[in-house]
Amino acid sequence: MTAQQRQTDHPGPHNGVPKGATAAAGAAVIIVGGGVTGLSAGWWLARAGVDVLVLDAGLIGWGASGRNGGGCSHHHSPLFLEEQRLWPMMDELLGYPTEFRPNRIRIALDEHQFLLYRRALDNGAVHGLRSDILDPRQVRELVPFAGDNVFGGYFYHFGGHANPHRTLQAYAWAMQDHGGRLLQHTNVTGFTTNGEHVTGVNTNRGHIACDHLVLAAGLHTGELAAQLGVDVPLASARAEMIVTEPLPPMNIGGVDGNGLYGRQTLRGNLAYGGGPHEWIDLADANRQRPHSTPLQCSIAARVAGLFPKVAHARVIRSWAGFIENTPDGRPIIDQPGQFDNLTLATLSSVGFGLSPASGHAIRDLVIDGRCSFADLSSFALSRFANLEPDWRALQGWLPLASQPASQPASQDSLAPLGT
Amino acid sequence: MDQPVRQPAEPSGPMEYDPASVAGKQPPIADETDLLVIGAGPAGLAAALAASNRGVRVTLIDENPVPFETMGEEIPLHFGCRMGTVMANRNAMLEALLESTPELADALEAGVDVRLGTVAWGLFPQRPTAAWIDGCVAGLADEDRAYLLRFKQVIVASGSRDMGLAFPGWERPGVMGASAAYRLAMTYDALSTRVAVVMGSSTAALQIANELSDKGVRIAAVIEQGETVTGDAALLAHLVAGGTQVLTRHVIERAEGATGSGEVEAVTVVAVDANGRHWKDELKRLACDTVLLGIATVSAIELLEAAGCDTAFIPERGGHVARIDEAQRTSLPFILAAGDCTGTWAAKSVAPSIARREGRIAAAAALSALGVNDHEVAYEAPVVPDTAYTDPADERCAWVRASVIEAVGEPYVCQCEEVTAAEILLVRPPRYIGWDSKKDDEHPHTLAQLAGDGPPNPDIVKRLTRACMGPCQGRRCREQVAALMSIGSGTELAAIPLATFRSPVRPLPLRQLAVLEEVPELGKHWDSWFGMASQWVPFWRPVPLYTAAGRERGTAVASE
Repeated sequence: MTAQQRQTDHPGPHNGVPKGATAAAGAAVIIVGGGVTGLSAGWWLARAGVDVLVLDAGLIGWGASGRNGGGCSHHHSPLFLEEQRLWPMMDELLGYPTEFRPNRIRIALDEHQFLLYRRALDNGAVHGLRSDILDPRQVRELVPFAGDNVFGGYFYHFGGHANPHRTLQAYAWAMQDHGGRLLQHTNVTGFTTNGEHVTGVNTNRGHIACDHLVLAAGLHTGELAAQLGVDVPLASARAEMIVTEPLPPMNIGGVDGNGLYGRQTLRGNLAYGGGPHEWIDLADANRQRPHSTPLQCSIAARVAGLFPKVAHARVIRSWAGFIENTPDGRPIIDQPGQFDNLTLATLSSVGFGLSPASGHAIRDLVIDGRCSFADLSSFALSRFANLEPDWRALQGWLPLASQPASQPASQDSLAPLGT
Repeated sequence: MDQPVRQPAEPSGPMEYDPASVAGKQPPIADETDLLVIGAGPAGLAAALAASNRGVRVTLIDENPVPFETMGEEIPLHFGCRMGTVMANRNAMLEALLESTPELADALEAGVDVRLGTVAWGLFPQRPTAAWIDGCVAGLADEDRAYLLRFKQVIVASGSRDMGLAFPGWERPGVMGASAAYRLAMTYDALSTRVAVVMGSSTAALQIANELSDKGVRIAAVIEQGETVTGDAALLAHLVAGGTQVLTRHVIERAEGATGSGEVEAVTVVAVDANGRHWKDELKRLACDTVLLGIATVSAIELLEAAGCDTAFIPERGGHVARIDEAQRTSLPFILAAGDCTGTWAAKSVAPSIARREGRIAAAAALSALGVNDHEVAYEAPVVPDTAYTDPADERCAWVRASVIEAVGEPYVCQCEEVTAAEILLVRPPRYIGWDSKKDDEHPHTLAQLAGDGPPNPDIVKRLTRACMGPCQGRRCREQVAALMSIGSGTELAAIPLATFRSPVRPLPLRQLAVLEEVPELGKHWDSWFGMASQWVPFWRPVPLYTAAGRERGTAVASE
């Protein structure tokens, strides 16, 4: 038994051709990666009338897209205004529910947090967006779960939160409604090129031709780009979240702070994450599903601190996710010069909330060669032109050593059981 | 034990390991043992006793007595509010447990560290991608505490539970799992049931019915959707001799009570054909206060699966179990499994000696792995399941077809999240969204379409419909949902992937998990996702060429 076979529940790349699979017809645009970024781009392209095909090695949304906090408040990003413009319309545009709710409250339990959280107010003000500073009493009025430990807070009249699972499926269904295609269990093994032109992708279903290629494959974007000779510096990490049983819904569910990100879902569950991450080896991510650890207790402690009135709420699940990061943590949405029909996209671990806008940006790059609504120069690959080859080591972003204890038992290793 | 600070795999050049990562922040380990045994049923007790007095530390934990409040939430078994009042008295429960399980005293006598009322909510082995805590630790919790116990080997003997089955009224108090009734009656003498009907006719169900009958419960009927009773003829005959009706090709059409959500007072049973369709003119009313769900025994594999053990649907073991070898070892070299959690079959359900043998075999393998000279260990033949068995996949699907799909009205399959079979089959968004699904009707999205070429995945159905996502952690509905997905997509049940389990495998309050100790370093950097200042610089500031050596460090900046 190999390690890969052991993970029977890991819906990652399949080596075999799926049962009943036929070679797929070519597409004008192939998007590798069925996460929120790839599917949003697919939806934007399909609604523009482009023949688009999204490929996923396993099931859509199995990476970070299905495992995040659902926040939609990225005031530092050039995609911010488009993010804010689109979210209130997404249910209608997609034709399927996203559970988006506007606005956000952030609670500080000490002065340090209060100062840090002010930056969202300042950034919002640059765009003319309102934020209110809240005293502890006001926080407790707006957030019934908050307690006597509140130092202060902010009510940002922008941003919000949505349900990542539902949004992801909405992108996929909406794309298909516009004639876009989705192929899951389709593992990309390589590319065909002709000079500066990508001509298609090789998959476990055979070769699929395309006129334009978008790589938006999360963790795997770097290794896929490397096959085209394009260096996309990425490192992978594991992060964790917890969720409680449903509680009575607060008027504003988009409440976080105390070092956490997350929300009260429309169902009433508290879904929060945060805390330290663990750097991992990409090869291991293909073999193991992301496991949560006792870090869930530390997250629980901080949720109990954020919402002392509901510290009795029971945690019913935890999860972990693998996410990719660029060296500076900013996204890459760019068209490398080596090719005339290749678009790269990684949102560097902060992609869900920005996905309505990132998909729009990718659509613009693919169709028009430039983004119509934002200056994407800060997302350019060229900012890493001087990056050291051993940047992961220099930044201390290397996987931790583990004991080689998790080898599978095999019949060969059966110890004699007495005589 | 040494707790070295974890070092990166390949330190190279002048570097500081990422201070915002988990490295060097592992939590204090409260306690250590050599062999942890989880579950003090026949298998776990036999394992702990076999491993005792061999020069290794043995710790045996059992979740019983489970807090009354937890049992009221149908955890860990489907108790259906049939716990007698004595169950609220923790000391009385503890006494009853010790009295009904004399081997616990033997284990204490033999020097085993026995911890009752202690639940394992997760097993966390160090592995690539989760390497920050050394060795293997178990997350344990008792009434108020949560703590970590480091172990070298663990034998999981977590038992089994009953498959849930929806029918109108199955949410009423009095509808319960057969093994939950057995637990209450035999361990605590605290089952408040006078007249019961049994759904299912396996040897396990008939065995429990006989035991309960001996305890004074009148078994009014055995109800079986199949053409014939599947279990042991002698056990059936014993019940029939005591006045039990046998109703094959029948299901419960509804359970009735005095008020809308009142306790069960009667059931109406209906004859069904081979496709599960109801003969509406053949209804029969049976007075009873309890419905015992005994249609399938489900191995309790949540700890094993969440820890990463290889699992498979093995029909002769009754469904999804962790794969084990002849020495009861799972695919992870420090985890063994014994007892019902490795599978159930007819002979095993009537003879606890089989589970005990599995426990002893597991103990021998664990001792061997711990380096204990095992030449004095008596040889035990490996345990193999019965060669003759009823296919659990067919049976489960037949029950779900006859009881759930053909139900009059739409009972909630998932009681916690109030999701019906139709909503699961059509992958409907939950009602609390208030979504007007006109468009869904124009463009129906099916289970098969969601999956592409692969089998439909229950985790997708969970995400979209919320079925299995409630506080009972899917204990009452996950097998029904899998069967519905099999029927709805035309995929064999065995090919439907197992929905993943997650820690904590027991719901635990935020404030209880929060009791777990932290090192001070863990508290730093929470406000900044990955601790990268550059990630949050507003886009209107210039972006210089980036180098790792020149990166901004040590600046506290909040993430979004």
